[in-house]
Amino acid sequence: MSDTASGRTGNPGERLRRALLIAVPYLWLGLFFLAPFVIVLKISLSDSVLAIPPYTPTLDLSRGWEGVVAMFRAFDLENYVWLTEDDLYWRAYLSSLQIAALSTLLTLLAGYPIAYAMSRAPERWRPILLMLVILPFWTSFLIRVYAWMGILGQNGFLNQLLMGLGLIDSPLVILGTPVAVYIGIVYAYLPFMVLPIFSSLDRLDRSLIEAALDLGCSRLQAFWLVTWPLSRPGIIAGCLLVFIPAVGEFVIPSLLGGSRTLMIGKVLWDEFFANRDWPLASAVAVVLLLILVLPILLFQRHAERQQRRADE
Amino acid sequence: MKLSRFNIVSLTLGFAFLYLPILVLVIYSFNASKLVTVWAGFSTRWYVKLFHDEAFLQAALVTLKVALASASIATVLGTMAAWVLVHISRFPGRTLFSGMIFAPLVIPDVILGLSLLLLFIAMNVDRGVTTIIIAHATFSMCYVAVVVSSRLITFDRALEEAALDLGATPFQAFSLVTLPVIAPAVVSGWLLSFTLSLDDLVIASFVSGPAATTLPMRVFSQIRLGVSPEINALSTILITLVTIGVITTSIFSKRSALARTDETGG
Repeated sequence: MSDTASGRTGNPGERLRRALLIAVPYLWLGLFFLAPFVIVLKISLSDSVLAIPPYTPTLDLSRGWEGVVAMFRAFDLENYVWLTEDDLYWRAYLSSLQIAALSTLLTLLAGYPIAYAMSRAPERWRPILLMLVILPFWTSFLIRVYAWMGILGQNGFLNQLLMGLGLIDSPLVILGTPVAVYIGIVYAYLPFMVLPIFSSLDRLDRSLIEAALDLGCSRLQAFWLVTWPLSRPGIIAGCLLVFIPAVGEFVIPSLLGGSRTLMIGKVLWDEFFANRDWPLASAVAVVLLLILVLPILLFQRHAERQQRRADE
Repeated sequence: MKLSRFNIVSLTLGFAFLYLPILVLVIYSFNASKLVTVWAGFSTRWYVKLFHDEAFLQAALVTLKVALASASIATVLGTMAAWVLVHISRFPGRTLFSGMIFAPLVIPDVILGLSLLLLFIAMNVDRGVTTIIIAHATFSMCYVAVVVSSRLITFDRALEEAALDLGATPFQAFSLVTLPVIAPAVVSGWLLSFTLSLDDLVIASFVSGPAATTLPMRVFSQIRLGVSPEINALSTILITLVTIGVITTSIFSKRSALARTDETGG
């Protein structure tokens, strides 16, 4: 983007205004987003003293620089060693990644046909269809997950329906198993998959498909060789938008997953609220963040590239 | 253009999947039985019970207060951030700035909540309504920044320049020229922030103190123990409000879009 106002930057009033405009959101995010991470990192390197603050080492400012050195000397990786030794944490990270990956795939399988059909619908239907996809997103996440508790339970709606139809004799056990978590994630995150895919399919130049058909492709070939590759930006954005939050998901596994589903978001919550081990909870958070850094950077690069393309 | 059978089936199944669970929830909120899964006739007793539940009303009030305040702060900060992102291409630390705008959109709630709580403890701040407002404003402003900047990009800066050349102060130029154009995005940014705040369970649970319980926190502590008809009633009320809100804003924004095209066209 060109800096069209550059001609005015010489003006001191203008420069001050600019500085202020940058400084206010910058300082807010620095204080309430960046600084907290530094504190988490610090506490994850500390020892817990009976699980109540303050944690040793504390920064003793009255001792000046010596205090700072003393604090760094006392840091250790004990909490991280603990994470690698207790296999609960390993299994929780791995199972979160696996659950998130599989549910992202399932969401793609469910979401792509919907987005595709929406992009093929008559022009005047599209705003209504789009609103129908967005509407659940505005409805409370908690309520949408809760709705499945009544459906999947032992005496839930689904079991009653299936038994009433005579399809099964005894109720299926779904609530409290990973299957319920998959259903919950696909359900809760479906709009995040459908919307980006729809927007890239909507932009797609129809004549390309017609050209492929004219040149002798079958409908399936035309889809596979033209439509699918051209909708890839939407697929990538959708998958990342589902995968990243799903890895750290707390509400869905704790309401639908029961005690048998191991996910790291729930482990962190329990470590913090039930065991009150704050340094260990901080270490769990740091490792989770490190795992997610790669997909998050991918997402940011992807989003910026899309935006640049939209500018051109 | 006609839809093929495959597309009709995908749309039907897709929307059935999206809406049936909500429909079941709404129907069972009118169930007379305390056993949520057994139908025992139509009744509105759970709604009556809900409106006599002091704890729920209190929580609803806290939630509303938090949502109004945090959405307003987030809208101001987010709009400023969007302006910086779009119009100031070079300043020290710009990469960090845009990183801080994008990251909260995808970082898991448990991490945001934990880190903010540890900050508030380190700063020795009393936790309660204020800390929840700060926390919500922080992640919401990033959503506002994304929504507003996508509108700002399409805005022709020459209009603002013209206003400045004609003697407007920068504030006048912004409020009389830029703001009316980006207003729809600012409004949807505010609505988005408001909804995100109403919705949030995890971050509020971390940063709140014993004095402040929000509606999602109250709901969560109850449904942990299982399905409850009172919560079904509450959910139905919330779903109805959201539906009315979304439909109204979409009609409103469609009308203003039409008015805009009329102006430019005529």
